[in-house]
Amino acid sequence: MSGYSPHTARDIAAMLEAIGVGSIDDLFADVPARLRARAAIALPEGMTEPELRRHLGALAARNADAAGAAVFLGAGAYPHWVPAVVDQILLRSEFATAYTPYQPEVSQGTLQATFEFQTFSALLLGLEVASASLYDGASATAEAVLMARRLRPGRRVVWLARALHPHYRATVATYLRGLGGVEVREVPFGADGRTDLGALRAGLGGDTLCLVLGYPNVFGVVEHVALFADAVRAVGALTITATPEALALALVRSPGASGVDIAVAEGQSFGLPLSYGGPGVGLFATRERFVRSMPGRLVGETVDARGRRGYVLTLATREQHIRRERATSNICTNQALCALAVTVYLSLLGRHGLASLARANYRAAHAAAARLEAAGVPARFAGPFFNEFVVRAPAAARAWEAAAQAGVVAGFPLGRWYPELEGSLVLCVTETHTPEQVDRLIGVLAAPAPAARAAGG
Amino acid sequence: MFDEPLIFERGSPGRVGWPVRAAAGAGVADLPADLRREDELAGMPEVSELEVLRHFLRLSQWNYSAATTLYPLGSCTMKYNPVVNEELARLPGFAALHPLVPEALAQGALELLAALEAGLAAVSGLDAVCLQPAAGAHGELLGMLLVRAYHADRGQARRRVLIPASAHGTNPASATLCGYEVTEVAVDARGLLTAAAVAAAMDESVAALMITNPNTLGLFEREIDGITAAVHTQGGLVYLDGANLNAIMGIAKPADMGVDVMQFNLHKTFSTPHGGGGPGAGPVAVRAALADYLPVPRLVRGDGVLKWTDDAPKSVGRLRAFSGNFGVLVRAYAYLARLGGPGLAEATRFAVLNANYLRARLSGTYHLPYDTPSLHECVFSDGCLQDYDVHTLDVAKRLLDYGFYAPTIYFPLVVKGALMIEPTETETKETLDRFADAMLAIAEEARTDPARVREAPHSTRLARLDETRAARRPVLRWWPERPSNPGGSA
Repeated sequence: MSGYSPHTARDIAAMLEAIGVGSIDDLFADVPARLRARAAIALPEGMTEPELRRHLGALAARNADAAGAAVFLGAGAYPHWVPAVVDQILLRSEFATAYTPYQPEVSQGTLQATFEFQTFSALLLGLEVASASLYDGASATAEAVLMARRLRPGRRVVWLARALHPHYRATVATYLRGLGGVEVREVPFGADGRTDLGALRAGLGGDTLCLVLGYPNVFGVVEHVALFADAVRAVGALTITATPEALALALVRSPGASGVDIAVAEGQSFGLPLSYGGPGVGLFATRERFVRSMPGRLVGETVDARGRRGYVLTLATREQHIRRERATSNICTNQALCALAVTVYLSLLGRHGLASLARANYRAAHAAAARLEAAGVPARFAGPFFNEFVVRAPAAARAWEAAAQAGVVAGFPLGRWYPELEGSLVLCVTETHTPEQVDRLIGVLAAPAPAARAAGG
Repeated sequence: MFDEPLIFERGSPGRVGWPVRAAAGAGVADLPADLRREDELAGMPEVSELEVLRHFLRLSQWNYSAATTLYPLGSCTMKYNPVVNEELARLPGFAALHPLVPEALAQGALELLAALEAGLAAVSGLDAVCLQPAAGAHGELLGMLLVRAYHADRGQARRRVLIPASAHGTNPASATLCGYEVTEVAVDARGLLTAAAVAAAMDESVAALMITNPNTLGLFEREIDGITAAVHTQGGLVYLDGANLNAIMGIAKPADMGVDVMQFNLHKTFSTPHGGGGPGAGPVAVRAALADYLPVPRLVRGDGVLKWTDDAPKSVGRLRAFSGNFGVLVRAYAYLARLGGPGLAEATRFAVLNANYLRARLSGTYHLPYDTPSLHECVFSDGCLQDYDVHTLDVAKRLLDYGFYAPTIYFPLVVKGALMIEPTETETKETLDRFADAMLAIAEEARTDPARVREAPHSTRLARLDETRAARRPVLRWWPERPSNPGGSA
């Protein structure tokens, strides 16, 4: 009936005979009759493939894809071109339909690609070791805080920059809910959009566990991480950076070179579609001496019985399937195929493509910001930025939904996340945006009055 | 010819794989020097597009996968991943949709999510569903957070969680991550949890029981009614690890078993590709009494329009950025819609038929530590091969020579030398016969030529890998300045 189970009446009869039962129902004899009597699933009959295409095609057509509208949204998910080769590789069933490489002799494809992913993560984040992937940037940030807690037992204050993406802050708070002895405090941001170093310094002490900074932060502003890391190290605590827009790492000082102890990033920018916010992939890197406290899977190099180079899952004694309640994390399934996308993407762009692309993003965003400034839409913050920036445009922020329905999504209205920034929008401009789209953006932001009326004021 | 160096060991300085148009806006000032990247990305590859394509195609050829061979990995439900779902998830309206667009521009996506929530509620019999968790263990963590919030709301600080000895390792790890103390409950000689054992372990310090049903031996917990009653009587909650849901769709609803909260593994039961280890999706379903604590954002309908809301004062918060592994959820929904209610029930029936057929074919030869009737998977041990000094690991490696992936091995921990086999419903009888023939041939080889089994695999690109060496002297990445190549090949 479904098309996916291949059983013929003859197969079924032969199999039942081999088993020694009269019917498939007999195989469920241990399930109480009370349960079976109520178990019918109240869902309609299945569809054929053409019906399914029509059904999902109709649903997809009710959404605004970035290709149709001019969408200047970043704020944690970023529009970038995906080279054709990336998706071609993701469609290889050999990668897509394998699972965790428990049998390394027939999983070298996944294992070597993961080893390469770990190398890419470590290179970009400027640290020595990196994991085989976590779920996303936000949960990787939470895992980083939990790891810091293992490395600094007894300390209780976790400082989160208020300018860290609110989803990341909320995820950290959720992961800490069940664990006692930790208190989350917020470091404010200053008038230039950077986290307030002075305010942090005043709060640092012997009870400080770690600091988490967005890098760049949710306003797109590039923090001066090294200054924070120095201050945090001086009290014996750890510095964590979280990078929602990983492409920035090609241009800004690496977290490792800035003195960071644990660096995480969301890898979606590297070859993964927006896909309404997932799946992405969490990059996670740290210093070699902390490797045994790391969460999640690791792939290591070794040799086979004949001395040839190969790769295996390693240091599994940190993990839940061996260590159970004493594991460093509960993670099992991670985001392996997304990590593969990142690996293929970074291989393709390589050293030069990545540098050019990051520069192109930086310049496109700065050029758009300059044009907006000239059109009377001022930047909200003076801090240095990458491909996102905040403008003050109260009327456009009020008319945001109406303008979006008219075909221009003018960034994200920050007042929804930061009441103190009501009337400001965070805009993202990347290599995917055409000059014509930027013109439309300027049109909406510089002259929002008609759209505001359309929204009913 | 069969060597493929690391991508970092290929290429030539100056080569560009995917040219990017030079940036306009030369007048734009650079970042201040002390914020700029310090190493000009030294170490990153300099390779051509064709080199990259060849590299990854070669690597792909070194994988066994569920599309290329039977992949009988117990507890993982390696069923066929429908090809059409790959196309559907890539429709621009889904793939190019930004998560922060106003809901008016995402109604199709939200309708899909609402329909998936309703479908999972129908399968489980539970009242509310959250699609946010990225994988099964992420769902377990959420489940435990919900349990904690439920008790806290009633002024109770319960500190223990009961977990059977046969449980997945993620269960105790998830409970601990939530601040709970784990109390292990033994299984009986049949491989089953008894209501008496649970009742004996229960008191008012127990927040929940985490149970897997059918359990990791593939056995339906016959005393499930008594077990859940024993937990509820003392005010505890029952958490179901839904990893084995493929065994009971249309046969028994978790809600009817007394389950209060559970996670689904959409990459198992609902056919989304396992991806070499992810991405998955681990939605959580709950009874109405727990719905107030579900994460934000929540999908709500008002005036015929779907919207996200964060207005949920008792919520445990959020577990990740945005609202879930949407691309995985699209595939799972497509599977659900393709099969429909009757198709899901049928999938379960054939999954159980296939597993029992393999069990029947192998049980005269391999040791079956628990002969209780099993459902979607069966667990053997290497007990019958000990005399020849052949062990589970050797059988697994020898299976690779026969062209099959290996079962899950050495799990569950309650069976020494376990071989946990789950064929799923999408395999033909002929494939099952070939697999059974291979298993029987290996048992025969263990008797006649044990060295051949112990030294397996023989036909794979690499021989058995030295895992001890990898752990003792970890090499976890390639280094630009210190290339390491212990094998001396390449």
